[in-house]
Amino acid sequence: MSDIAVKDMQVPQVSGTAKAPDALDQRLAALDLPKGAFAAARADALARLRAMGLPGPRDEYWRYTDPRPFNAPEPAAIARIEGPDSPLFASRDKLTLVFVDGVFDAAASDDLALDGIEITTLANPLGAEWADGLFGTLEAAGQSPVRRPFAALNTAAARDGLLIRVTGKPAKPVHVLHRRASDKADAIWHHLIRVEKGAELTLLETGSVGARSNGVIEVDLAPGAKLHHITAKRANDAKVGLSHLFARVAAEAVLKSFALAVNGTTMRQESVIDMVGDDAVAHVAAAVLGDGDEGPFHHDDTVFVTHGALRGESRQVFKKVLKNGATGVFQGKILVKPGAQKTDGYQISQALLLDEASQFLAKPELEIYADDVKCSHGSTTGAIDEDALFYLRSRGVPHDRAIVFLVLSFLADALEEVEDEGLRDEINERLDAWLTGRGRA
Amino acid sequence: MTATTDLDVREGVDRETVETVQNMGSYKYGWDTEIEMEYAPKGVNEDIVRLISEKNNEPEWMTEWRLAAYRRWVTMTEPKWAMLNYPEIDYQDQYYYARPKSMEVKPKSLDEVDPKLLATYDKLGIPLREQMILAGVEGAEAAPAEGRKVAVDAVFDSVSVGTTFKDELAKAGVIFCSISEAIREHPELVKKYLGSVVPQSDNYFATLNSAVFSDGSFVYIPEGVRCPMELSTYFRINAENTGQFERTLIIADKGSYVSYLEGCTAPKRDTNQLHAAVVEIVILEDAEVKYSTVQNWFPGDEDGKGGIYNFVTKRADCRGDRAKVMWTQVETGSAITWKYPSCILRGNESQGEFYSIAIANNFQQADTGTKMIHLGKNTRSRIVSKGISAGQAQNTYRGLVTMHPRATNSRNYTQCDSLLIGDKCGAHTVPYIEVKNTSSRVEHEATTSKVDDDQLFYCRSRGMDEEEAVALVVNGFCREVLQALPMEFAMEAQSLVAISLEGSVG
Repeated sequence: MSDIAVKDMQVPQVSGTAKAPDALDQRLAALDLPKGAFAAARADALARLRAMGLPGPRDEYWRYTDPRPFNAPEPAAIARIEGPDSPLFASRDKLTLVFVDGVFDAAASDDLALDGIEITTLANPLGAEWADGLFGTLEAAGQSPVRRPFAALNTAAARDGLLIRVTGKPAKPVHVLHRRASDKADAIWHHLIRVEKGAELTLLETGSVGARSNGVIEVDLAPGAKLHHITAKRANDAKVGLSHLFARVAAEAVLKSFALAVNGTTMRQESVIDMVGDDAVAHVAAAVLGDGDEGPFHHDDTVFVTHGALRGESRQVFKKVLKNGATGVFQGKILVKPGAQKTDGYQISQALLLDEASQFLAKPELEIYADDVKCSHGSTTGAIDEDALFYLRSRGVPHDRAIVFLVLSFLADALEEVEDEGLRDEINERLDAWLTGRGRA
Repeated sequence: MTATTDLDVREGVDRETVETVQNMGSYKYGWDTEIEMEYAPKGVNEDIVRLISEKNNEPEWMTEWRLAAYRRWVTMTEPKWAMLNYPEIDYQDQYYYARPKSMEVKPKSLDEVDPKLLATYDKLGIPLREQMILAGVEGAEAAPAEGRKVAVDAVFDSVSVGTTFKDELAKAGVIFCSISEAIREHPELVKKYLGSVVPQSDNYFATLNSAVFSDGSFVYIPEGVRCPMELSTYFRINAENTGQFERTLIIADKGSYVSYLEGCTAPKRDTNQLHAAVVEIVILEDAEVKYSTVQNWFPGDEDGKGGIYNFVTKRADCRGDRAKVMWTQVETGSAITWKYPSCILRGNESQGEFYSIAIANNFQQADTGTKMIHLGKNTRSRIVSKGISAGQAQNTYRGLVTMHPRATNSRNYTQCDSLLIGDKCGAHTVPYIEVKNTSSRVEHEATTSKVDDDQLFYCRSRGMDEEEAVALVVNGFCREVLQALPMEFAMEAQSLVAISLEGSVG
């Protein structure tokens, strides 16, 4: 018998963010709000933030993730992580841009000049007139129907970021390498990426940043444009972090976003994707390994895909491997607007729980207002398949190695979303090393 | 029922469907009975709560229980999280108690029963013999009803008109009566279990119900007894501007079994009417309860005018090991449906099942689903939900599956499929999945699609018109749930599926 109270679902379905003006005032007071460029967009974001307030304990959109670490005026200091993690994608020729605690470091970065791409920064947006009237607008559009106060806070307060306009097909990927300088840094950065008609870009993000991070990427894809975005932050990076991706995908444009997260973080990644043109494609995926013994681990993927045009294709593939008290969260939504016929929406969220202490909390939603669509979602949670393990063991594979195999094969569907085979192999090898290096999965 | 009949019915499905489609009028039960009624004054307050308690001749403890609920209710706010859009409800602008004047004194013979009341049940399609019993005529129980026996408790607005087969059930030790009678006759059982599954404070509508419930059914199946017949309750709202607040309490003692059916209809009216029911089921060790509902409240007209606002809290508590509950619902009626029949799987190896068809046409809105709360070890649950939207309707599946850390080796399988007919309706899925141990396995699948063109083309090429073809395809889509229904209901449900979709094609 249990004394657990079983109440009817009483929390509001759509975020009715509780206003906590004092908390917000304190939060804002601790920030040094930038002046200068994009003043109108920043003022607008601040006004929107004030209107919506910070998320409260009863906020439905924060049902599975505690907003308090993000509400606090100052981040908690982190213990420095010792031992270098050799950066991913080292063998690849790329244009590396270094950010230190969220601020661009020109001296440490490669030369910004590259054919087919214009790169400037938020702190020094000289020549980026194209960004006027665009900066902050995708974030603002992504505030409905669900409020995302930390994204508005980001637009208002971001100190730096990249303003990237892609006009052709650059010869190499752009690589954002994050570095940490302070154990108390509250890093807030905001990238704006506009990919023009038929242009293409691969954007890589690696490294570690801040004690607390808040990153926003606004992506505007013109017809036929393509962006491949791969985030592989450093493993065992003890910090709390929030990231928001706001993407507007025009006709026949393609967005592919993949994130890898391993250990040691309290992280919430929100992807807000608006498919505005016919035949648009958007894939979002994540592979997550969480071991609570390496520090508190809580990883939340919150995805909102809106189909507003014909024949859109969207895929959400989220895989989480959890152990030693790690928590995985997935909140996914496919919204098909009236008239968005022939939409093909797919969503899968799966968790592999390696012990009794871990948990997976999921809310995979569909909201559909068009009849001629194909939308499905699936969510499974379970342990290692004993039959598969037995099979591998009977073929002479040692127990630990067999577990690694099974974990890697579980994550494979998410890795498939990394289009570049070389990059995918490198991520896979790194995962293998992480899993094997500890001698346990 | 023999296997042959079973087969006949299955084969008869298509014919039945086709006939139903052909006969499709609008809502079949939309007429009203002109009968002299007795009302409590409009609105709700402590005096009204006391009055309802007094009308039911309740003991003091019950009155106090209601008042405590009322005092709690005035501090609460109406939940707004469901995907439902309706104007503000004025809780003071309706009647909370209405009963036919003729029911003031229980009729002793058929001659004394108001013929209009009799005609009502006749028209609703309840067999005559049962009708005599239904209307509260003493002595009619001796004559067995034709065919299979189903005991009925008939509730007309705020009062139970009568309960059939009481004596025969009593011989088996089964108590089946109206809840008002149970409060008087079996206070120890009511005191022990009422509010133990759905507490007074559970949610806004359940709390209101706790304060003002007027009648409903009470069932107690003693240890080791397999209830000799199916039990059912038929709810009829007749009076205008009147809410119906019924309360059902079912207790299945150790090793017992009962199958319970619930039906409901209401007249067509221009104004919306409130219905807020609570159903509590307590299931002890090795007992099993099947609860089937065909909800056919007036859904409003083609323009969305009128219809019942249906806010229902239904919950089963599998308290004992190996207890089992099965909810089956066919939701075709109501303008607004807010309903989540749930299972608390507390006992080890207990099982919960939920089968649902929810059809929303015209301007109907349904937000319905279930909760499977796994607390015991080796618990099992299964959810099969079929949502169909047509016209400008909105249909939402909302569900929760939670595996408590101690609910090791448990399983859940959830399948929710949505079908859209027309491009102005919506189908939504809002599942919550919370897994807090590793030995449990949870699987959730959902799909949304339209009526398959190939299937339609096939049916059309065989000479069916488009509405027939759609009804057939929809019945196929619902089959898994229809098959979980008891025979009588399966037939009714099948016809209803077709009727509810009337006018949705072309």
